Amino acid sequence: MAQIAKMVAQRLALGLLTLFVVSLIIFLAVELLPGDFTQAVLGQSATPETVAAFRKELGLDQPAYLRYFHWLGDIVQLDLGRSFANQRPITELLGPRIYNTLFLAAYAAVIAVPIALTFGILAALYRNSIFDRSINVAALTAISSPEFLAAYILILIFAVELGWLPAIARVNPDTTFFERLYILLLPAVTLTLVTMAHMMRMTRAAIINLMASPYIEMARLKGLRRGRIILRHALPNALAPIINVIAINLAYLIVGVVVVEVVFTYPGLGELLVDSVSKRDMPVVQISCLVFAVTYIALNLLADILSILSNPRLRHPR
Amino acid sequence: MNSRLHNLRKVLRTAPPTAWFGMGVIAIILLSGLFAPLVAPYGETEVVGAPGLPIGSEFLLGTDQIGRDVLTRVIFGARNTVGIAFLTTALAFTLGTVFGLLAAVLGGWTDQGLSRIVDILMAIPPLIFALLILTITGTSIFNMVVVIAVLESTRVFRLTRAVGMNVGVLDFVEVAKLRGEGLWWIIRHEILPNIAAPLAAEFGLRFCFVFLFISALSFLGLGIQPPTADWGSMVRESATLISFGLPTPLVPAAAIALLTVSVNFVVDWFLHQASGLKE
Amino acid sequence: MSASANRSGNGNSRKGELLLEMKGLRIEGRAEEQWLEIVHGVDLKLHRGEVLGLIGESGAGKSTIGLAALGFARDGCRLSGGEIWFDGIDLMKASEEKRRRLRGSRIAYVAQSAAAAFNPAHRLIDQYVEAPVYHDLMSESEAAAAAKDLYERLHLPEPKTIGFRYPHQVSGGQLQRAMVAMAMAGRPDLIVFDEPTTALDVTTQIEVMAAIKDIVEQFDTAAIYVTHDLAVVAQMADRIMVMRNGDLVEEGSTRGMLAEPQAEYTRALLAVRQLQKDASAPEPDARPILRVDHVTAAYGDVEVLSDITFEVPRKRTVAVVGESGSGKSTAARVITGLLPPRAGRIIYDGNELPADYRHRSRDQLRRTQMINQMPDTALNPKHRVRDVIGRPLEFYLDYDGKERDARIRELLEQIELEPGQFIDRLTTELSGGQKQRICIARALAAEPELIICDEVTSALDQLVGEGILRLLIRLQEELGLSYMFITHDLATVRAIADEVVVMKNGRIVEAGPKDDIFTPPHDDYTDLLLSSVPEMDPDWLDRLLAERGEQLRDRGI
Repeated sequence: MAQIAKMVAQRLALGLLTLFVVSLIIFLAVELLPGDFTQAVLGQSATPETVAAFRKELGLDQPAYLRYFHWLGDIVQLDLGRSFANQRPITELLGPRIYNTLFLAAYAAVIAVPIALTFGILAALYRNSIFDRSINVAALTAISSPEFLAAYILILIFAVELGWLPAIARVNPDTTFFERLYILLLPAVTLTLVTMAHMMRMTRAAIINLMASPYIEMARLKGLRRGRIILRHALPNALAPIINVIAINLAYLIVGVVVVEVVFTYPGLGELLVDSVSKRDMPVVQISCLVFAVTYIALNLLADILSILSNPRLRHPR
Repeated sequence: MNSRLHNLRKVLRTAPPTAWFGMGVIAIILLSGLFAPLVAPYGETEVVGAPGLPIGSEFLLGTDQIGRDVLTRVIFGARNTVGIAFLTTALAFTLGTVFGLLAAVLGGWTDQGLSRIVDILMAIPPLIFALLILTITGTSIFNMVVVIAVLESTRVFRLTRAVGMNVGVLDFVEVAKLRGEGLWWIIRHEILPNIAAPLAAEFGLRFCFVFLFISALSFLGLGIQPPTADWGSMVRESATLISFGLPTPLVPAAAIALLTVSVNFVVDWFLHQASGLKE
Repeated sequence: MSASANRSGNGNSRKGELLLEMKGLRIEGRAEEQWLEIVHGVDLKLHRGEVLGLIGESGAGKSTIGLAALGFARDGCRLSGGEIWFDGIDLMKASEEKRRRLRGSRIAYVAQSAAAAFNPAHRLIDQYVEAPVYHDLMSESEAAAAAKDLYERLHLPEPKTIGFRYPHQVSGGQLQRAMVAMAMAGRPDLIVFDEPTTALDVTTQIEVMAAIKDIVEQFDTAAIYVTHDLAVVAQMADRIMVMRNGDLVEEGSTRGMLAEPQAEYTRALLAVRQLQKDASAPEPDARPILRVDHVTAAYGDVEVLSDITFEVPRKRTVAVVGESGSGKSTAARVITGLLPPRAGRIIYDGNELPADYRHRSRDQLRRTQMINQMPDTALNPKHRVRDVIGRPLEFYLDYDGKERDARIRELLEQIELEPGQFIDRLTTELSGGQKQRICIARALAAEPELIICDEVTSALDQLVGEGILRLLIRLQEELGLSYMFITHDLATVRAIADEVVVMKNGRIVEAGPKDDIFTPPHDDYTDLLLSSVPEMDPDWLDRLLAERGEQLRDRGI
């Protein structure tokens, strides 16, 4: 047990360190801004006074390390500063958008994970069958397609031609849960198609790898039925790789959401990020990147820790 | 030489339909990209008709939102997008393999240092990282190529280091070290020939990722900028046409998918072939 | 079962009745998209309570036939022809369901590596109980009680509780016995043992062999014992079938075959461990080629060599013997400079060598060459024989062009490979023994004085390995080479050594001229090691166990 605690603590420490470095990179990004950045933001007509005032507002007159800790401290207290573009507090801007993005991601995950695992396991068990081969080709095609292809095909069919679903995912805080499910069906399906393929392929590979191990042959030679071999001998050992696959793909989902949000003009964090990048609204870009990075790192960390916890060799040390 | 040709023919004969499909598509896209001005019916940015014309006999794939011929734009797009993606992949590959091999063969602190840097770079989602950097540096093709190449090189690094280490611990490398051979001789003669196959496959896969990455950035309006014909930005520009029931944005989107699917099919077969020969 | 006088367990009234019969069994394996036959019509008969030894070198098809006794073929193999009758059931024609019901209840299997064959996620006793409960042979509590009883009979330590451990919490020899217990769980009529002791050290091998022999006799179970080692099978089997390349070479009772082998191949297998070189004393007044001087070495914090001192006399062979974990291979790494020692010196021909190979001169590197255990990994699969042997020639000795070519051919002749036939082959186009010969040629190309041989025969079939030993002895005589020979196999020591160093847990237990080491009195450990090596005498194990008596039972580690 001590060994597990130690390994988990190690991973956590490593995760924190990564977060620290990532926040540093995001902070330093502003430092690296070329000199004419204030000008670019304020426009060519800005007077030297307004430039100086702007620099002061950014805190550019203080030493960098002080400003970093200041910035970090503010973020921890959820004081995220104001947007360059419209001067609104970022906290206000971000709150509902984070919720929207998480809602969409969770929606897609709920559809994608069970289907992907089922198909992945089936494809592995019926390896080289027609079923496996067609699933494989389909998955390869899905992985290779940009998100917007699936999105526009779905829009063309279900929104424009059939008129069943909205092409634009407009939601506001008053939208009810079930309305949201309806409005977000197309974006969620788009995301599902893309992540599902990855998840399925990885699950299939993990199971195939497992089924080749000598203890599975032993189980067969003990005269067990296929069902029991899978449930009792393969699954407990497949847990670690499968958990890993899910977490990695959830992380991917959170990021993949960016393009899908733009296609459906869905007011999520990704759309905000893209919008802010084109406006060069630095504080908003920084915070959005940080939120994405934290989620991504946290999910990968979770995958790591869960696979340590599900390893029998570590759970029952000598 | 003759026997090699014979071998190639023998291997090709085992190619599944998906691989043939892939090789065919890649060849067509490469050729039309190379000879774009000869093949394309109109000029790259020439307005030739009314906007939003549907698919028909005059304009095979219709016209876009300002009346340019879509087929022409797709053909020139093949040249621009594929060319840039190829360049980016090559750059990412050079970076990744050189550092990956150094980490694998030298080990110790070199390996530790490089691996930690790569860990950090990989801890940030690549699209987000690219967006952050492009905000600062501004969107230009050069910046985009460098950023994507660096980000993708981390994955090449990981793979090269892993396969390089697998080979590096084998006895024949130890024998060469004990003989007194230098680092580059060992990499060149003992390691590279044994990791060429996985690296070749990785190049194909990386190309797909880079290609999709660039297309996504262009689609978001942060990559290749108009009026240069590029598949990703063509989708973005003509997106509004879809609400009139026109499939125009699907054409470049499908072209992207077609190319990456094809490369994937070929790589998949290649990997299958490479692992099959080992048994 | 000639040797067993009285049996406990469920004595079988139908003893001697035919249990398993294979008629013209053919098995095919898939290679590069086509099916090749690997077993060519083999007939096999096994009676109740009889132990049949299936012996042969790699590629003989013995394991495949063993699995066929369960009506089973691995992925990539298929039973393509003939009949397999088990107690009146044709396993070839029976439904998969019917075969499934036999496996784990009436026919059981013991795999080579217990560490891999036990599921890491479940406790030993749960894996024991699984088959008998699943096949409705007994209740879970009955099975658990039976497990503890069997663990005790197999002399496992703490038999009441050892079952509650997970596989990785138990040592290799114990795990192998636990697997024997698991195979016994359904009280099967037939057990197939597939090289059950091959992965173990000799001293551990004895325990497992004794346990298997004991339990098979107690329950009067019929068994097929698959192995490559004739001396092992001589202890276990009533009857032996010698296989080669998927064909039966010879069949007969164990005693009969050992006394009067009929086939040439069997005679060769029997003679394989008889090779013996007369030990020579060191040349008087000659300075030793190598002295390992009070060397201590460690991997991280783990000390693997503790204050080791020995010498290799010029033109002689020193065999360094020990089981896994004894530190014998680490000693080679220290000498070659791959692992600089914590303390102590490596003295070569009177001069101290730099500890790290990177600081040694090209000439210092040239004088000591190494031959590795695994010829498969010691040769770059992308290189041709010409490159492999040619490189040290040009690197150390500035050969090039025609001279280089001529020298490569000369070396190939020296290692008894036809130059014209081999010089342009890829290393992957060679057999194991040929690869090892190329490794020897590569070492010779550097014109060394000392060659370190690290388990050079252990990855090879016995006959092939013997050929390598003969070659090395001849080369030593012709070229005046000195060898340091690392091995776990005492037959190899007997074959090649002038002097012997016995190691255990990183220390030297005993050292001296070969004849002294092999003649009593021995150190305790040397004695255990020497006495554990199976001999071609069918009574050897029984005699040994009687001699060791309760001593072995108590060891039960």
